[in-house]
Amino acid sequence: MSPGSGKTVALFATCINDTMKPSIPIATVTVLERLGCRVVYPPRQTCCGQIMTNTGYWKEALPTVRNYVSSFGDYDYVVGPSGSCVGSVRHQHEMLARHAGDEPLAEDAKAVASRSYELSEFLIDVLGVTDVGAYFPHRVTYHPTCHSIRVAKVGDRPLRLLRAVGGIELLDLPGAEQCCGFGGTFSIKNPDVSIAMATDKARNVTSTGAEYLVAGDQACLMNIGGVLHRDHEPVRTIHLAEILASTEENPR
Amino acid sequence: MSATMERRTPEPGTWLGIPEFPKAAKVGLANAQLRKNLAHATTTIRAKRVVRASEVPDWEELRTAAAQIKDRVGRHLDTYLLQAEAAMTAAGITVHWARDAADANRIVADIAKAKGVDEVVKIKSMVTQEIDLNEALEAEGIAAWETDLAELIVQLGHDLPSHILVPAIHRNRREVREIFVEEMGRYGTPAPEGISDNPPELAEAARVHLREKFLRAEMAVSGGNFIVAETGTLVIVESEGNGRMCLTLPKTLVSVVGIEKIVPTIEDLEVFLKLLPRSSTGERMNPYTSLWTGVTDGDGPQDLHVVLLDNGRSRVLSDPTGRAALRCIRCSACLNICPVYERVGGHAYGSPYPGPIGAILGPQLRGLEDARDRALPFASTLCGACNDVCPVKIPFTDILVHLRNKVVEYKTADHATGEQALMKTAAWVMSDGKHLAEAQLATRAAGGVFGKRWLGKLPIPIASRWLRARDVEAPPTQTFRQWWKKNREGEGR
Repeated sequence: MSPGSGKTVALFATCINDTMKPSIPIATVTVLERLGCRVVYPPRQTCCGQIMTNTGYWKEALPTVRNYVSSFGDYDYVVGPSGSCVGSVRHQHEMLARHAGDEPLAEDAKAVASRSYELSEFLIDVLGVTDVGAYFPHRVTYHPTCHSIRVAKVGDRPLRLLRAVGGIELLDLPGAEQCCGFGGTFSIKNPDVSIAMATDKARNVTSTGAEYLVAGDQACLMNIGGVLHRDHEPVRTIHLAEILASTEENPR
Repeated sequence: MSATMERRTPEPGTWLGIPEFPKAAKVGLANAQLRKNLAHATTTIRAKRVVRASEVPDWEELRTAAAQIKDRVGRHLDTYLLQAEAAMTAAGITVHWARDAADANRIVADIAKAKGVDEVVKIKSMVTQEIDLNEALEAEGIAAWETDLAELIVQLGHDLPSHILVPAIHRNRREVREIFVEEMGRYGTPAPEGISDNPPELAEAARVHLREKFLRAEMAVSGGNFIVAETGTLVIVESEGNGRMCLTLPKTLVSVVGIEKIVPTIEDLEVFLKLLPRSSTGERMNPYTSLWTGVTDGDGPQDLHVVLLDNGRSRVLSDPTGRAALRCIRCSACLNICPVYERVGGHAYGSPYPGPIGAILGPQLRGLEDARDRALPFASTLCGACNDVCPVKIPFTDILVHLRNKVVEYKTADHATGEQALMKTAAWVMSDGKHLAEAQLATRAAGGVFGKRWLGKLPIPIASRWLRARDVEAPPTQTFRQWWKKNREGEGR
């Protein structure tokens, strides 16, 4: 019996992946279905609201909390391929509702947040798998994104999944746990500092000699990848889900 | 006499001309030497802190205890302050209450004038930087001499502090030598002829220069790391011994202490004296820890004063989310771990409190009236590294986001802003997947125009802030929700 059989998973695609990088939620669907899960996609879903929340627009973030609760409230498992978005759902939604004085919404938000998982958490903690049958014969370095390790607190789960990937060569990233400088609207409000940080991160990435930079958050990959591309570095960015979706039969 | 018009101490730099953070940050960023120095210094201290914290088996419990003690003090601050005042008074200390910087500065100056002294020696203290005491005394013709080595470098260099613990972290040894050679002789014992930039030689020059001041001084001014409410004991934690000199040699000692520095009992000190050195300098134990409880006949200062300072702290305390900033014990761990501070340095934060603690404490102490204070909560990527290292578990990122909300409310109270309009649009788009799908028509159209190309430098307002150094992959022509419709239709709801 496959580990996911009998489990229905509601996919939280996240707005950035839905709009800018659909290959990531597609890969997430691929992995989850391969492991036997039934994946559903509640179509009214949008965004975790973090861009509003973290810029200080709490009133404007509230509709996303309501939307998340109504989109995902009926499911036992909500899975998103982003430590940052899932982290925001779990850490901020209840607070936003409470700040707005909406206690029932706060309770609902708390409940659905407790059933929301970042992809690596769901695979390891719920499905109990580390080896998802992936194959990716490349040199790869892993950037643990700030919100995945410090807000969602995924720990070393992504690394454990990556170590089990066939053919992969994992290379240590110097200064791995230092922020890439994205920071949402920080990248626009403080572009000089943001670019300085992204440049240092990109330099550390290229120093590893990796072909791919992998992370669990597309926003950070966009930031680091943007510098790598500008500097004509051959390193490509890839999301954790995309590596996990790749198999010997269906390589990426 | 023309001498009365002349300054007694070196004229310091000023925070006044420093612009808002995004602009001020450019200065530090452009200084390659500064960035190298800071990266080296912060990386070293970070590594030491990790080792020292990991040696303590109950480190997390200590952090929790420290946070809880500080929170309890905040909840019952009125009671503890009165208890501390009574205990200090009984021990022979004269207690003064200062509502703000002007109050505190006047009290210290009045004590000096009553004593007939025209100079004081100082122990390194953040609170006297906060209230700009040195300049207030200078205006009264009283010279305040910094005796901490790094503060001396800052003072003699006509400079501003850029770090809580290591205020001259932005200076290298060559600069220190230049400052000593140039300035020491103007204000006391000069640096020896032919001095090199070898640190032991520089330290010896400072020792000789300061000794003259220690032996002459009639009055000392300190801050205070802790006041024990039950006993009225003051505590100073320092690492050079200059503090010990100031606390024992002069006849009069005035300590300016923020009202949040209270701990209830002597036992509570144990928690903080374990956490502070390991978090701050990466040392197991602090080198010079001085505790004094009132006047001791024939030993040390015979006239003790404590100035309890509010200066915005009551306002911070009134904010249930923001008040956790008052737990701060000024260890600097948040500065040392901060990737923004590491690249920008301390001056861009526009006050003696830089880094993450400056970004959350400064705007709360001072209010949001000044645009520079409104910019500080945004001077962070919210990476959260500071949350993890803070010995008193201040939730920095939660407070930053909370203050951002306050800034937005402040800015949009009277009139709508462009950013607000954008966010209102985003709120509508993100309120329903149907709206998002409509908005995605635009990104898909853009994807059609640009194909698989990347977008490079483009003179688009705002977007250029990203595109200046970072390319962007063109958006796809098919969103995920379309893919799902095409490939899995009927399985969703």
